[in-house]
Amino acid sequence: MNPISQIVRATRPIYRTLSTSVTCSAQAKPIPTTGLCFELTDEQKALQELARKFTKEEIIPVAAQYDKSGEYPWPIVKKAWELGLMNGHIPEHCGGVGDMGVFEECIIGEEFSFGCSGIGTAVGGTNLGQTPVIIAGNKEQQKKYLGRLIDEPIVAAYCVTEPGAGSDVAGVKTKAEKKGDEWIINGQKMWITNGGVANWYFVLARTNPDPKCPPGKAFTGFIVEKDWPGVNPGRKELNMGQRASDTRGITFEDVRVPKENVLLGEGDGFKIAMGAFDKTRPPVACGATGLAARALYEATKYSLERKTFGVPIASHQAVAFMLADMAIGVETARLAWQRAAWMVDHGQRNTMMASVAKCFASEIANKAAADAVQIFGGNGFNTEYPVEKLMRDAKIYQIYEGTSQIQRLIISRELLTAAKQSNA
Amino acid sequence: MSRVLVGVKRVIDYAVKIRVKPDKSGVVTDGVKHSMNPFDEIAVEEAVRMKEKKLAKEVIAVSCGPAQAQETLRTALAMGADRAIHVEVAGAEYETLQPIHVAKILAKISQDEKADLVIVGKQAIDDDSNQTAQMTAALLDWPQGTFASKVEKSDAGLTVTREIDGGLEVIKTKVPAVLSADLRLNEPRYATLPNIMKAKKKPMKKVSAKDLGVDLAPRIKVISVEDPPVRQAGSVVPDVDTLVAKLKEGGHV
Repeated sequence: MNPISQIVRATRPIYRTLSTSVTCSAQAKPIPTTGLCFELTDEQKALQELARKFTKEEIIPVAAQYDKSGEYPWPIVKKAWELGLMNGHIPEHCGGVGDMGVFEECIIGEEFSFGCSGIGTAVGGTNLGQTPVIIAGNKEQQKKYLGRLIDEPIVAAYCVTEPGAGSDVAGVKTKAEKKGDEWIINGQKMWITNGGVANWYFVLARTNPDPKCPPGKAFTGFIVEKDWPGVNPGRKELNMGQRASDTRGITFEDVRVPKENVLLGEGDGFKIAMGAFDKTRPPVACGATGLAARALYEATKYSLERKTFGVPIASHQAVAFMLADMAIGVETARLAWQRAAWMVDHGQRNTMMASVAKCFASEIANKAAADAVQIFGGNGFNTEYPVEKLMRDAKIYQIYEGTSQIQRLIISRELLTAAKQSNA
Repeated sequence: MSRVLVGVKRVIDYAVKIRVKPDKSGVVTDGVKHSMNPFDEIAVEEAVRMKEKKLAKEVIAVSCGPAQAQETLRTALAMGADRAIHVEVAGAEYETLQPIHVAKILAKISQDEKADLVIVGKQAIDDDSNQTAQMTAALLDWPQGTFASKVEKSDAGLTVTREIDGGLEVIKTKVPAVLSADLRLNEPRYATLPNIMKAKKKPMKKVSAKDLGVDLAPRIKVISVEDPPVRQAGSVVPDVDTLVAKLKEGGHV
């Protein structure tokens, strides 16, 4: 059988049951009866102001320097942590505020990404690692591991991808074998954001070696601490863009994990790993939107200053139309993440919308960044101007958190399932 | 010193490009981004630091203006003020509100609230009047420490370092007193997210100028507001003598 259809067949039932099958400890917000509203609340506006100010004063001035050095921006992470701009989903019983929705996280994320998407990912990557513990951890696990993130400015990471398995999560080979009261984990992970700087990881490992076992039951989720013997983060990878973000391979060699660190139960890992995405895809979409907004801003500013044929280039329709297309992309991508985030915060299944938002935003971001370089002309290709970095940073948005191809798989499956269930 | 009153003004954000209204009656404010006057942010920060150092027990933020002034007050609350008083002045009365009126309002509130210290920014970035602190002190017959770049507690009251044209001047005042904050007094903090959430629950009282017995009739009439003249191109001269001659001709020397 065609391997692709094999994967599709194996993972199909999973996607349908994704977000609703794992209970979340954050309460879904009640849906207001006043109808659609496009205005932010006063609190959301204040949050946006704070994030914008922080971006302008803390992120933008140092973005180019971090892009060059590739250093993890600890000073910025620490400041954001102090101001309460991180870890908003951590429940109150662990010391967190508990009630920051995905929407608020996205408001912050878009502003940070406007400043630098690499730094934005460095600050926001911890959310992906935390989410499995937030949605599936028991009270002790949450108190221990989420509480740590509240007590100190440290970060978590999500360890699923491997050198041989990215899109095909069911192909994960890292294995965990039960030995008494412990699990022994062996394997290799790759492209782990925060891999070298995280305090602990959510690790997906195969616990049922039988190849005939359905993926939905073959994997288990573990909380693994970076300092445990056998955990070896590799060197920091030198990537095309988002260079301030720390990406590494990690080797697990006979790592002993106590059974208390199993999330939910043996075999529940796949469900947890996938369930996290409904909450973590909108923030990636908003990051791409922030980058696109920056591309539009820089290109607009430049086009009003640069003159050719006696007039600012903004007066040439060819350039003005490119700006218009960038604006169309930014506005619609924003609406998309807002809707996807709103839906999950209000207890609605947002799987398809989250994929729509992430896929769309990543594509308009790449187009906007490339067009911004075009508008800057020769200057755009040069490192003294801010737009070449945008183009390098934008590409990863079409790859991580589910490639654009996987997003299309999810979207098409959702709509075909819905079509088959309708009698119309 | 238990109660510190801080005056804050909602002004057009410093980063906005100002445009003059076509009828020359003022500048365009509709739809334009506004925020707290930067010197007032410094004033709020100083008051909150005094509270943290236990030199003050309560910080009250006051603003005179239309409904939107409440946003500015919420920012002050998010930075650490305990409660806010909004003196509602709207419409035509707000267009003609001048420092003399604000000074009378602040003086009355200081007396009603039994404030020990009033801190305001040294001037607002929209009118650059630099009058409110001085007038408020005079109305209350309190000492004033204006252009403060450092404020320390002394046995008898306060030691204030002032930025003046010639350098720095150190004065001692008793309390109660009125201070105006200058740029180098401190670096205002970011409002943290938990504080932004808490600010919503802090009390905000609304009063009118009439309640305070202050007459808002204007003493000054603005005749016209115009753009500064467009900058003329310069010219390059061949030598210093020509330069001096041109300067003398133009009456600049």
